[in-house]
Amino acid sequence: MNLLSVFVLIPVLMLSGLFLAKSRKQVLLVSATGASLLLAAAAVLCFLFLGERQSGNTGTMLFTASFSWFPAWNISYSVGVDGISVLMILLSAIIVFTGTFTSWNIDPMPKEYFMWFCLLSIGVFGFFISLDLFTMFMFYEVALIPMYLLIGVWGSGNKERSAMKLTLMLMGGSALLLLGILGVYFSSGAQSMDIMTMSRSSIPVVLQRYFFPFVFIGFGILGALFPFHTWSPDGHASAPTAVSMLHAGVLMKLGGYGCFRVAMFLMPEAANELGWIFLLLTGISVVYGAFSACVQKDLKYINAYSSVSHCGLVLFALLMMNTTAMTGAIVQMLSHGLMTALFFALIGMIYGRTHTRDIREMGGLMKIVPFLGVSYVIAGLASLGLPGLSGFVAEMNVFVGSFQHADTFRRVLTLVAVTSIVITAVYILRVVGKILYGPVHDPRHLELKDAVWFERFPVVVLITAIAAIGLFPGWITEWIGQALFPIVDRLNVAAL
Amino acid sequence: MDFSNFLILRDELFLTIVILFLFLFDLCAPGKARKALPPLACLLLLAQVVFCCLPQEAGTAFGGMYFTSPFTSAVKAIMGTGTLLVFLFARKWLDSDHEIAKGEFYYLMLNTLLGMHFMVSSGHFLMFFIGFELASIPLACMVAYDKKSEISAEAGAKFILNAAFAGGISLFGISLLYGGCGTLYFEDLPRTLSGTPLQIAGLVFFATGLFFKMSLVPYHSWTADVYQGAPTHVSAYLSVVSKTAAAVSLFLIFVKVFGLMAESWRPVLYVLTILSITIANLFAIRQKDIKRFLAYSSISQAGYVILGVVAATPYGQTGVLYYLLVYMFANLAAFGIAALVEHHGGGTRISAYDGLYKTNPKLAVLMMFALFSLAGIPPFAGFFSKFFIFAAAAQQGFYVLVFIALLNTIVSLYYYLLVVKAMFINPNEHPLPAFKSDAGSRIAMTVCLAGILLGGIVSATYNFISTL
Repeated sequence: MNLLSVFVLIPVLMLSGLFLAKSRKQVLLVSATGASLLLAAAAVLCFLFLGERQSGNTGTMLFTASFSWFPAWNISYSVGVDGISVLMILLSAIIVFTGTFTSWNIDPMPKEYFMWFCLLSIGVFGFFISLDLFTMFMFYEVALIPMYLLIGVWGSGNKERSAMKLTLMLMGGSALLLLGILGVYFSSGAQSMDIMTMSRSSIPVVLQRYFFPFVFIGFGILGALFPFHTWSPDGHASAPTAVSMLHAGVLMKLGGYGCFRVAMFLMPEAANELGWIFLLLTGISVVYGAFSACVQKDLKYINAYSSVSHCGLVLFALLMMNTTAMTGAIVQMLSHGLMTALFFALIGMIYGRTHTRDIREMGGLMKIVPFLGVSYVIAGLASLGLPGLSGFVAEMNVFVGSFQHADTFRRVLTLVAVTSIVITAVYILRVVGKILYGPVHDPRHLELKDAVWFERFPVVVLITAIAAIGLFPGWITEWIGQALFPIVDRLNVAAL
Repeated sequence: MDFSNFLILRDELFLTIVILFLFLFDLCAPGKARKALPPLACLLLLAQVVFCCLPQEAGTAFGGMYFTSPFTSAVKAIMGTGTLLVFLFARKWLDSDHEIAKGEFYYLMLNTLLGMHFMVSSGHFLMFFIGFELASIPLACMVAYDKKSEISAEAGAKFILNAAFAGGISLFGISLLYGGCGTLYFEDLPRTLSGTPLQIAGLVFFATGLFFKMSLVPYHSWTADVYQGAPTHVSAYLSVVSKTAAAVSLFLIFVKVFGLMAESWRPVLYVLTILSITIANLFAIRQKDIKRFLAYSSISQAGYVILGVVAATPYGQTGVLYYLLVYMFANLAAFGIAALVEHHGGGTRISAYDGLYKTNPKLAVLMMFALFSLAGIPPFAGFFSKFFIFAAAAQQGFYVLVFIALLNTIVSLYYYLLVVKAMFINPNEHPLPAFKSDAGSRIAMTVCLAGILLGGIVSATYNFISTL
C-alpha cells in the first residue's frame, strides 16, 4: 500500500461510510472524521517529505509507485509527489477540512451533499498525486461532475443555469484536454502515459504547436483563462458556501497545476513559441477581473471576479517561465486558495445571517458581528497583498520575476498587470468600508449573533495558514524552487 | 459425412435446441406448467451464455461459409447477456398484461438472436444475408407485439418496410459484388479486390443493410418512431443487441474483407460518423419523450462505435467490442428504468421524471449512473470505453474526427444532464409515487449497475477483450 494512495482511499472509505449513515449526526461524524484524517495524512506527508529531502533524496518525484492498469495503452496507476504536489495536497486537505465544518448546517439532504463532496475530494487528491496522464485526466473529470448537482441542488439564485454553464464549459475544456493528451501520447512515441517517462522522449516541435494550445486551454478554462472564464462568476455565485470554497480554493488550482505539469513540462518548445499569446490573454484576465470586481454589488460576484484576476495572475506568472515568477505563481495558488476559501466561508456566514449578499443593503456590521468583521478585513488585506500575509509573498515573487525579462513586451505586460494590485485595493476597501463600517443599514441587523464554534473553527484555521505563509515563506519557496528546477530547466533549454 | 464439423456451430446448435424446446413446451405443456416458461427461458439462455464462454478453437465449417473464433464467441456471449437482461426486465410486463401472448416473446426474440449469431459468424455473403433476414423479420413481430396499441402496429409496419427495403438493397449489393469479384466467400474476396467501380458500388449497396440496422444517419429515420411505438423492452433489445450484431459485422466485413479497399470506404464512414453523432445529438436535445430521447441517444452512440471501424486496427476492434459491452449495461439500465416508470403509471414523458429522486431514490441514482456512463463521465465504464475508442482513432491520425466527436460529447452531456436535472432538481408537487420493482428487474438492474461501476475501473474486462 502506497502512502499516497491513502489520499484516495480515505475519501472512498468516507463515501462508503456516508452511504451507510442513517442520521444527520452520523453523516457529520463520518465527514468530520474523514476530513480530519485527510488533514492529518497531509501533515504527515509534509513531514515525511521533509525527512526524505533532508536525508539527501534528490529524486524529482518521491514516494512513487506504479501498477500497470491497461497495458494495451501503457496506462498505469502511477503516483508520486514533488514539493509542489505536497503543498497542493496540504492546501486541498485544509480546504476540505474547513469546507466540511462550513457545511455543518447544510440542508436538505446532508447525506447526499457530503457524498458528492467526497467524490469531489477523491478527484482533487487523485489529480495531485497522479503521474500518469490518463489517471490524472480521469481524476480531473471525477472532480468536475459533482459540481453540477452540488450547485444545482444546494445552490441559490439562478442555480440551474449556472450549474449547467459551469459543467458544460469545464467539460468542454476537458474535451480539448483529452485530444491534447492523446496527441501528446502518440507524438511522444506511444511508449508510456507516465509524465516522467514521456518527458524523456521529445515531441516533434511541429506537433507540439498543435497540441500545446489544446492542453493549455483545456486546463486554462478551469484556471479562468480569458475569454473562457465566464463560468466562474456565475458558478461561484450560485454555489453553496463550501462548494465555492472548494471550487475557487482547490479546483481552479487544478487548472494552473495542469498547465505547468503537463502542457509546459511536456511541450517546452511550444510553450516558448506560443507563450506570448497566452501571456496576453492572462494579462487581460488579471486586469479585467479586477476591474469587473470593482463594479459588482453582490459579495460573491466580487470574489468570483477577484478569483479570475488572481488565478489569471497564476497563469501569467507561470508563462513568464523563470524560477522567481513561477515560484510566485505556486505561492499565489496556495495563497489564493486559502484566502478565497476564507472569503467564501465568511460570505456564507454573513449571508446566513443577513439573508442578502448585496453590499448596498449592509452596513456597520463590524460592531454587530466583530469576529466575522475582523476576519473579513484580514482576508481582504491578504488579498491586496499586505506584507506579513500570504498575498504579499506571492505577488512580490510574481512581479519581481516577471520584470526580470529584458524584452519590452513582457515588461510592459508586467507593468499593466501590476496595476491590478491597486485595483484590488480599491474593490476590497470599498466592500470593507460599505458593509463593515458606517451606519447600520438595516435595523434588523442589530440583533445578529456572531459566529458559533463550527464557524469560528474553519476561519481560524484558514487565517493561521495565511499568516504562516506570510510570515515564514522560506521553507515553502525552497520546496517549490526545488520542484520547479526540472521544469524551468527544460523550458530554458528549449528556449535556446 | 463428418459430423464433427457441426460441433463448431455449437453455440447456434444449442440456441436452436433451446428455441425448439421452448416452442414445444409452450405448445404442449398444460396450463399451469406453462407458467414455468419465463424462468425456464432465462435459465436456458443463461446456460447458452455460459456455453459461449467456454473456450473454443477458431475454425471454419461448410467449406468456409461459417467461421468461429474467440472473438465471435465473446460477441455471442455479450449478445446473449443483453437478451437475458431484456428477458428479466420484460418478465413483469408480460405477466401483468393478459391480452398479449407470453411464449412467443421468448422464442421470437431468441430467433432473432440466432440470426445475429449467424451474422457475426458468417464466412460468406449469403450466409450473412440469411442471418440478417432471420434477425430482421421476427423483430418486426416483436415491434408490433402490443396488439392493442395502434402506435405499436404502426411501428411494426414502419420497421418491416424499412427492413425489407434495406435488405433488398443489401442483396442487390451482394449480387453486384458477385459480379465484380466472382466469389462471395470472405476468405477469397480480398484476393479479387481491385477497387473497380462495380465492386465499390456493390459494397455501398451492401453496406446499406448494416447502416440501417445500426440506424446511422441518414438511415435513421425509422428509429425514433419505432422505438417509441414498440414495447419498451423491444426498443431496448433493438438499441443494444441488434446494434451489437450490426456493428461487429460491420467491423469484420469492412476491415477483414474489404480492408484493402479502406481508401474507398473510409471517407464514407468518416462522414457517416460525423453526421450520426451530430444530427442525433441535436435531435435528442428537443425530445420530450424518454423513448424517443433514448432512440436519438443510441443513434449518436452508434456513431461513436464507428470511430473504431474507421481506425480499422486491432485496437479499433477491441474498442468497438468494449464500447458495445459497456453501452449495453448503461443503455439497458436506462431502458429498463424507463419501462418501470412507464408501467407504474409514469408514462413516457420526460416530465414524469421530475422529482423521481424524492420518491424512488434507487431508480433515480441508477438512471443517473447509466446516463453518466453514456455521457462518458468517470468513474463509470462509459468514460473508459469512450477514451479507448477515441485513442484507437487518434492513433491512426484521425484527430479532426476525434475532435468533432469530443465536442459532441459536450452536447450529449447537456441532454443527459437534462434528465438528471429532472430527477434531482426540478420541483414537482406530485412526483411518481414510490413503488417496488419486481424481482426480475431488480436482478437485471443489479447486473447493469455492476457493469456500469466495475466495467471500467476493473481493467480485466478491457484487457481480456484486447487479447481476443
